[in-house]
Amino acid sequence: MSDDDKKFPNLSRRGFLKASIATAAVTAAPTILIRNAHAFVNEPKGATVTLGFNVPQTGAYADEGADELRAFKLAVKHLNGEGDGGMLNTMKPSSLKGNGILGKKVTYVTGDTQTKSDAARASAKRMIEKDGALMISGGSSSGVAIAVQSLCQEAGVIFMAGLTHSNDTTGKDKRKHGFRHFFNAYMSGQALAPVLAEEYGRDRKAYHLTADYTWGWTQEESIKNATEALGWKTVAAVRTPLGAGDFSQYITPVLNSGADVLILNHYGKDMVNSLTQAVQFGLRDKMVNGKKFEIVVPLFSRLMAQGAGDAIKGILGTTNWHWSLSDEGSKAFVKSFGAEYGFPPSQAAQTCYVQTLLYANACEMAGTFNPCGVIEALEGFKFDGMGNGPTEYRAADHQCFKDVLVVRGKEKPSSQFDLLEVAKVVPRSQVEYDPSIFGGELGQCNA
Amino acid sequence: MQTRIIIASTSLRDYLVLAIFSAVVLSAPLWAQAIGAGYPDLLQKFAIFGLFAIGYNLLFGLTGYLSFGHAAFLGVGSYATVWSFKLLSMNVIPAVLLSVAISAIFAVVIGFLSLRRTGIYFSILTLAFAQMSYNMAYSVLTPITNGETGLRVLRDDPRLIDTLLGIQVQGSPLADLFGLTLKGYAGFYFCAVMLILGFWVALRIFRSPYGMKLVAIKSNQTRMEYTGFNPRPYLLSVFVISGIYAGLAGSLMAIVDPLAGAERMQWTASGEVVLMTILGGVGTLLGPVIGAATIKYFENIFSAVNEQTLHQVFDFLPDWLNELMVTLTSPFVGDGWHLTLGVLFMVIIIFLPGGIIEGFRRIQALFQRKPGKAEEEA
Repeated sequence: MSDDDKKFPNLSRRGFLKASIATAAVTAAPTILIRNAHAFVNEPKGATVTLGFNVPQTGAYADEGADELRAFKLAVKHLNGEGDGGMLNTMKPSSLKGNGILGKKVTYVTGDTQTKSDAARASAKRMIEKDGALMISGGSSSGVAIAVQSLCQEAGVIFMAGLTHSNDTTGKDKRKHGFRHFFNAYMSGQALAPVLAEEYGRDRKAYHLTADYTWGWTQEESIKNATEALGWKTVAAVRTPLGAGDFSQYITPVLNSGADVLILNHYGKDMVNSLTQAVQFGLRDKMVNGKKFEIVVPLFSRLMAQGAGDAIKGILGTTNWHWSLSDEGSKAFVKSFGAEYGFPPSQAAQTCYVQTLLYANACEMAGTFNPCGVIEALEGFKFDGMGNGPTEYRAADHQCFKDVLVVRGKEKPSSQFDLLEVAKVVPRSQVEYDPSIFGGELGQCNA
Repeated sequence: MQTRIIIASTSLRDYLVLAIFSAVVLSAPLWAQAIGAGYPDLLQKFAIFGLFAIGYNLLFGLTGYLSFGHAAFLGVGSYATVWSFKLLSMNVIPAVLLSVAISAIFAVVIGFLSLRRTGIYFSILTLAFAQMSYNMAYSVLTPITNGETGLRVLRDDPRLIDTLLGIQVQGSPLADLFGLTLKGYAGFYFCAVMLILGFWVALRIFRSPYGMKLVAIKSNQTRMEYTGFNPRPYLLSVFVISGIYAGLAGSLMAIVDPLAGAERMQWTASGEVVLMTILGGVGTLLGPVIGAATIKYFENIFSAVNEQTLHQVFDFLPDWLNELMVTLTSPFVGDGWHLTLGVLFMVIIIFLPGGIIEGFRRIQALFQRKPGKAEEEA
């Protein structure tokens, strides 16, 4: 190393540090100074506007994520006036013209949330900081949705939540910049309980198996409250770890507990496993307290039903939307989705498609992309023709209120997609609640 | 391989290395633009995971002890920082100090128990501790960690020091350094300074007699014992140092984005740092940083490429060729980014067992062997 010493005879440690810091400061300075002032974050200056679709492409919810992405692409196509227009033709009232949003062509960027909060936030930040996205949408889990929603609030862009069912998203963790079209656990409970009482009677003892995380708890609480109000008793509520795989050790005690209904507060692969195993254990063939033993899955989705196979036949649950609905909006959407991809859309796809259209429509109504204007246009917005009948975005908590579907696993499915039948459409008035019951505050518009 | 690069006395060459490293890191916002990575969040990730990998390499690269549980320290560091933001102050100094202290305590406990075994048993023990921490954070300890939703800083948190000093939070609470909000590029520079400090400490450890003893543990622990050294204190101390690096990295993650989630502690996160280190080059100084940057680049940029982007890339080709190229390349981007990373990893392990750094060395060696020719080309 003596050679090096000769090359730099007068260089001290201090000198070197000084020099390197000075170099760094000089090279770095322009990037700090050129932070130009916009009226609001990512104001679109060119002929295009960028939306960010942040969905799980890998991991447990990859199926839902893939379907959401299909719906987003379809929505962008329709907004740009390509394809058959889908719900653009049925939405009422609509300010959409099929020429993009406010005359700017819609482009999109995609990202992989991996169903992890950190990855989802990193991906959303890339969309906002690098790609200039004005709106972030997507998500297949409540934890991720809440994490990205608060990020969007801080960053000053709009978040249109995808599949998230926890009460917290528009409850104690609600944000001014976040909007949810999907229904929540409280609505599931309110819609499902009367149907359960009607079908299975008021004198029932329920046993809950609950996924041990935020969504599971809020759903357990909501279902418990709703069923107990109708006279049911809750024997036990047992928490199971997420992704347990084998639920036999949790199902065996159910038989000796004296309960005659098993409620599975599980989602995704957990629900597929727990339900299949409960059916294999012969729970549904048992008679307890002189009544037939029943299983209930409060949150159903077609993709899960496909996974559970025969086990779902006759099982009751709720869902946000189902492709077999016969209103104009649903029919138009199923038709264009089917023409594009060859199979019917899932509820996750529908909610993402509708959210994208609602955002675009709000921009048109406000006449600007400024998030404060868009929020104002969305708050209290009443619309129809998007499936689910007349719907309202409540201003107090940014939650959509609409009819909820109680569904039942079909006994004789006619195709691999025809797995659920609508048992009852519960009117909106029955699932409404006072926004103050969950606490939380929206905060201020941040532009 | 390691003995070759360890030189007992710190020479001017080390300062040169440090100066170049600092210049490259601090000018990242300029050159990263060229590869589509020039935005604050990814640059922050480069610096944070670089720091994490440097610390991990001190344990794995020098002593050869393969820990599969380092994500636990990362998570603990994050939680400590967020709690400091909630209870003490939005200033980062107490947050960093608290994270370092708590991750050090964690590392002492886990290290003391795990280092009783070597090889695969050590790896399994660390993995078990990390998974235990993850599951506790995810459900059992929800009052402390807020479970799946993650721990967040709220406006109405007590923040005793800030309240005493009369500092009010306007809007969303953000981390600051005496008034400078550590968001965007400011956050990156804070992480970058930490990375450079961490790099310097690692460099000094590599060059010290202490580092020499760590390498001795790797090459032959029995022989070391015969010469009269007890390896346990060295192992435990380097385990704690490496845990502190991870805790600091976790703290930085929470500083640039005030949120701590349990997923940070999952075994996949522990595995990721092993991959980063091996990909870059185990036991080298720069390798882990390069490995960390490579993996984060793939995760954030490759995962975002979709067919729309591919069509633009191959726009210059005739239509049928364009379609063909898009069909051929699309499985490797977007949701296929894991696949590309896997292929890259296999190629590196098979052809360059010393990681990306070995690749650089080979190129360097090519020129050194024929100095005359190299000069002509230059």
